[in-house]
Amino acid sequence: MPSPVSASDSIVTLMDVAVVVERVPVLRGLTLGVTAGESVGVVGANGSGKSTLLRVLATLLAPVRGHGRVLGAELGTDESFAVRPGIALVGHVPSLYPRLTLRENLRFLARLTGRREQAADDALELVGLAPAGDRRAEACSQGMLRRAELARVLLAQPRLLLLDEAHAGLDDGSIGLVEVVIRRVSERGGASVIVSHDQPRLRDLADRMVEIRNGQAVPADEEVPA
Amino acid sequence: MRQVPSATPGPIRQCAELARKDLRLELRAGEALLVTAPFGAVALLLVPLAIGSDAPLLRQVGPGLYWVVVLLFGVLVTLRQSAVEGPAQLAMLRLCGVHPAVRLAGRTLANAVLLVAFELLLTPVAIALYDPDLSGWPWLLPLFPLIAVGLAVLGTLASALAHGLAGRTTLGALLVVPLAAPLVLGATQTLAAARYARQPWAWLFLVLVIDLLIIVATALAARQLEESA
Repeated sequence: MPSPVSASDSIVTLMDVAVVVERVPVLRGLTLGVTAGESVGVVGANGSGKSTLLRVLATLLAPVRGHGRVLGAELGTDESFAVRPGIALVGHVPSLYPRLTLRENLRFLARLTGRREQAADDALELVGLAPAGDRRAEACSQGMLRRAELARVLLAQPRLLLLDEAHAGLDDGSIGLVEVVIRRVSERGGASVIVSHDQPRLRDLADRMVEIRNGQAVPADEEVPA
Repeated sequence: MRQVPSATPGPIRQCAELARKDLRLELRAGEALLVTAPFGAVALLLVPLAIGSDAPLLRQVGPGLYWVVVLLFGVLVTLRQSAVEGPAQLAMLRLCGVHPAVRLAGRTLANAVLLVAFELLLTPVAIALYDPDLSGWPWLLPLFPLIAVGLAVLGTLASALAHGLAGRTTLGALLVVPLAAPLVLGATQTLAAARYARQPWAWLFLVLVIDLLIIVATALAARQLEESA
């Protein structure tokens, strides 16, 4: 198992990474680095490859070219299996089981990862869902599911947090939760990569912004090389 | 929120947790035992209606028909919709550090429990309709779990292979049924041997060996199946 990264270490290093999805090249020579304690905002047009980038960072999708390391593990090798528990991905589709209650979902994850069930209840409490804990996920609103996903992140305590459409479905009162979650990850020496179409909010959250253009990551508002 | 650092549970505990989750989902959906099992019972009922009340004939074909119904409808139990995980749920399990073989083992365990329940539900129906010779009934005790495990593994494997494909249920069944044919053969011949006072160990051993072979094959293919999902 790769050794854990220290606070000064790199969390993500992607070098000239190319990714193909369903035979369509999505990322083409993308280079990106994320260091511990940092939160990086990612913007880009629809279909530019933002979600694909998150899947690569989650070690769920291997590059076809280039190389990268996430939490010290080389992408596309068996090393990546060992670091997965240190990564949390919140996609735009909820990952909760619809027929289980919110509490059952989180307790299931707690037991599966060797945590106490009380930690699941605490996480629900923290995102303000304790009163709705016995409601099935299928009966929850989009915003409640989003908050439950953030509770899942709090439970997992990841070193690398990947948020896709971070603010989608959240009302004004809940948007602060995203910041709370990101701050907790940073405080533990982790890092966050956040995708959002809500650029003003994203700029408030992120230490720096990158844009995915033509399959490459460039600093936001910068011209991409031809 | 303060947390005690977690120690990842061992594969057996993870497997049990996954199976428990699957069984809870099935309990809420009622797909296997409230829909498929009655459907299987109806299939057993249709045969006497089709061939008439020829008691000796029904007694003779009863055990074989029982196992055929267990196979055909048991496949549907393993391919039930409530056991399908979406891409987001799969990603979550992968990021929880659950080894692909453990995930498939959890699904297999839940499938096997449901299949044993399915077999037990169909048994009194078959006895009532076909009045079979029950002299070899003790051999059912090892047969029930062995056939359930074999079908459960095959169903889990087929479900993983057909994941995300159109016509998943039909394709899955098409993959399982030919591979499960030796299981049905072993089950029927075990009972036939017992009925005619022959030693059925060889047939029982055949079922056990088939179970072990498909368990090993599924475990070896687990990582490849998950990474390509």
